[in-house]
Amino acid sequence: MIKTLLLFRAAFFAVFFALFFALTAEAQSESGDEASQLLVTEVQVTEPYIELHTGPGRGYPVFHVVAGGDNIRILKRRTNWFLIETNTRRPVSGWARHRDMRMTATSLEDDGSATYAGFSDYDRSNPAKWRWTIAGGDFSRAAAISTALAYRLTPNVAVQLEATQILGEFSDGKMLNASIQHYPFPAWRISPYFQLGAGVLQTEPGATLVQAKDRIDNTLLVGGGMNVFLGRRFNFFLDFRRHTVLTSRDDNEEIDEWKLGFNVSF
Amino acid sequence: METGLQRILLKVHIKVRQASYLGRYLALASLGFALPATAEESLSIEDLGLTPVVERREVKIAGIDTEDFEVGISGGLFSVEDFESNPIAIAHLTYHVTEDFFVQARFAQSKLGESSFDRLSGGAQLLGSEDRDINFYDLSLGINVFPGEAFIWDRWAVNSSFYLVGGVGATQFAGSDRFTVNGGVGYRLIANDFLSFNFQVRDHVFDTEITGSKKATHNIELGAGFSIFF
Repeated sequence: MIKTLLLFRAAFFAVFFALFFALTAEAQSESGDEASQLLVTEVQVTEPYIELHTGPGRGYPVFHVVAGGDNIRILKRRTNWFLIETNTRRPVSGWARHRDMRMTATSLEDDGSATYAGFSDYDRSNPAKWRWTIAGGDFSRAAAISTALAYRLTPNVAVQLEATQILGEFSDGKMLNASIQHYPFPAWRISPYFQLGAGVLQTEPGATLVQAKDRIDNTLLVGGGMNVFLGRRFNFFLDFRRHTVLTSRDDNEEIDEWKLGFNVSF
Repeated sequence: METGLQRILLKVHIKVRQASYLGRYLALASLGFALPATAEESLSIEDLGLTPVVERREVKIAGIDTEDFEVGISGGLFSVEDFESNPIAIAHLTYHVTEDFFVQARFAQSKLGESSFDRLSGGAQLLGSEDRDINFYDLSLGINVFPGEAFIWDRWAVNSSFYLVGGVGATQFAGSDRFTVNGGVGYRLIANDFLSFNFQVRDHVFDTEITGSKKATHNIELGAGFSIFF
């Protein structure tokens, strides 16, 4: 009975996902015009001036000003700050804001027209490829801690590998999952998602339990959740999953997991 | 400051103004006088034979060395309730999301000392020597609250930040893992573009039942270390 139910559920979700996949793939091909890319390390200041800070943050003081028209070299980036060096006889290096760098030009023509270097950043509809997740929650009344690495195949679809440690009063566990996640509305600030996956669960009963031994079971999961974006590369999420543990007993075990955590994209 | 878009619009506007009024009237005439009075506004740039000169290009971000990750080690003292204070070694990996937020994964190792039971029992040990190894990992979120400069006498000014950090993890000792909540404060001194030093104090809260009844314990970690951005 449970096997049939499971098969039915799997089939339902397969169809559901295939449909969403097809829809989003189409939407993607329509918006596929990529901006021409140019690799530059030297740009020209077109603002009246750019302020240089001693460190990559608003708390670090301004110590130098680069005048409009001067050339600067980009050395490295940290978060939203760029380490730049002036192209002068005695180079000065310091940190400039992303906002200021957006207004630098890669070339300036004689007639005064310019080609701007749009230092694009990731946004919700064009997310970064990689994502690191840290979460904590409840796994059938035991505490669960998990960390995951995900890769975005498209803005709508991501694959994820996740390790979870479960710490309960009567038994502990470790779980490894691979899942595929679908984001129907990746550009929304509060963005829902659905997921399907499979994994292995190792259960270690506590020392006080008699007649119990370590088990390793395969698991399947279905679930969903909600991402709440606080920044372009940072979001909180609430996640729910139902794990079906394929035990060696007659009945499979169903376990609900609730989690709260955060993602960073890079 | 004007934005990029405003700049482009301004340029186009100037070009349109430069095209003489005669040109505009000719364009109007070519569209016929039957058009309503708003016809002039509906003219596009192409109608006037102009093309925008500003081309917007994207700099490939991947071409710039991005250093948001930080890896480091630190050492200090870890005080475990009932089991004295002992040296601790910690390794961490930190990712800086913005100038304000960071996420951190850490792994640490230490030893448990003697409990009062060990001393008073007259030889019987509460835990075997293997069970006295203690290690933990934690996953935390941090926020830089007071970034600024620290002054060392008159001579040096060092960039620094005071941060708050907290998260969850597991502490393993005496044969079992314990769910652990940690929280604390730290101070980071940024030596140069890739090296920083930090000092921190964190409280690790977990339940233990080793000395009889189950209780929540607060265990303080004091540490100092350095890290490298890459």
